[in-house]
Amino acid sequence: MAITAPLVQPASHLWSISPWRISHVRRELADTFTLTLDPPADAADAAAAFLPGQFNMLYVFGCGEVPISISGAAGEGGRLKHTIRAVGAVTRALRQLRAGDVVGVRGPFGAGWPIDDTAGSDVVIVAGGIGLAPLRPAVEAILHARERYGRFIVLYGARSPEDILFARDLGRWSSRLDTYVDVTVDRAAGAWRGNVGLVTALIARVGLEAEHTVAFLCGPEAMMRFAVGALAKRGVEAGRTYLSLERNMKCGVGLCGRCQLAGHFVCRDGPVFRLDRIPNVFQVREL
Amino acid sequence: MQIIDAIGRSLQQVPVFADLSADYHQLVAGCGALSVFQSGETIYREGAAADSFYVIRRGRVRLEAHVPGRPPCIVDSLGANDPLGWSWLVPPYRLQFDAKALELTRLIRFDAACLRRKMADDPRFACAIYERLVPVIVGRLAEARRQLMDLYGQPAGRSQAWR
Repeated sequence: MAITAPLVQPASHLWSISPWRISHVRRELADTFTLTLDPPADAADAAAAFLPGQFNMLYVFGCGEVPISISGAAGEGGRLKHTIRAVGAVTRALRQLRAGDVVGVRGPFGAGWPIDDTAGSDVVIVAGGIGLAPLRPAVEAILHARERYGRFIVLYGARSPEDILFARDLGRWSSRLDTYVDVTVDRAAGAWRGNVGLVTALIARVGLEAEHTVAFLCGPEAMMRFAVGALAKRGVEAGRTYLSLERNMKCGVGLCGRCQLAGHFVCRDGPVFRLDRIPNVFQVREL
Repeated sequence: MQIIDAIGRSLQQVPVFADLSADYHQLVAGCGALSVFQSGETIYREGAAADSFYVIRRGRVRLEAHVPGRPPCIVDSLGANDPLGWSWLVPPYRLQFDAKALELTRLIRFDAACLRRKMADDPRFACAIYERLVPVIVGRLAEARRQLMDLYGQPAGRSQAWR
């Protein structure tokens, strides 16, 4: 089972920045927001061709460039959606932008989730925190072709009820009879009636047929480490487990070497990796 | 007798007890009874005598810590097939948290004194029970410690300034 190959970009596309205009800014959480971007008029046709799991380099003029996963579903009228947590200089600058402002877009880059290659399997999505953003296009793609897959399970963990990302989408997905969605939070008080505990506890409870199951994971690496362990305990092999990693990326095409990890460039060979190709990645200290 | 047989059969479906021998299933089931709690109903309260031990058959239960001046802090939630309560294993046999049903919840309730007596009479049986419950306790302790790690927060050791 191969990871979906990166879309081949023309050489000029690797370095040229297209100006996309922000059509909408949506505040998701206290520190997290989604930008909806309209393509420039001269690139509208090919504009939003991407694979679920790929990322773009977003450029804030006069400030800098950051890699941000695409969080919108494919085919949303040629628009792009990026969900961003403001944690550094560039992402904080992105948060200051409003509808009508322009950001530079370079991409899409990287390997995406193996959506087509996993057709016929049961799929378990395990997401934590903002890790749901790169998985959202994968969830929508699978729901779009739901009949091609077996059981479909979405497990999501967040810090608290107030930190649940895409709550509306989670509700919409869980209202489908053909999709199992469960959410847990690390801590809660009072009126919360959902689960409390780590997302690994959800993995332990859900019914899985390991040999038919493929898992897609994205979230903080500490969470993915424990989630990978919980899946392995349920018999899901590393060869059927895919995860999205994040490192400091600069060029986006495997030239600058900043995002090197265990013999791979996360920007070019990832960000989605099959676990058996990066064995022990969570066991090596300070990697 | 029919209820005991039914409980014994139910225990075979509960992963933590599934591999107990048939004799031991009967020993455990002999201390059991079926019980039902409505959504929002309290199953037990912190500080009360730990005179029962439960296995959840259906429904969901949350464990709460009472914190003066604040809403109750939810520390864990449990679902079908999860064992509920282990204070009955450890003197002074006092419950540590409140347990509340989050929805209509069906449980098997075991008389703790009855189980402790059978375990005292048969050390092999006691060992079999401990062998099955200690991993549950260790697993929940590990989960609780990982919850303290604030997995979804900003990583303290890795700068996010480049973002």
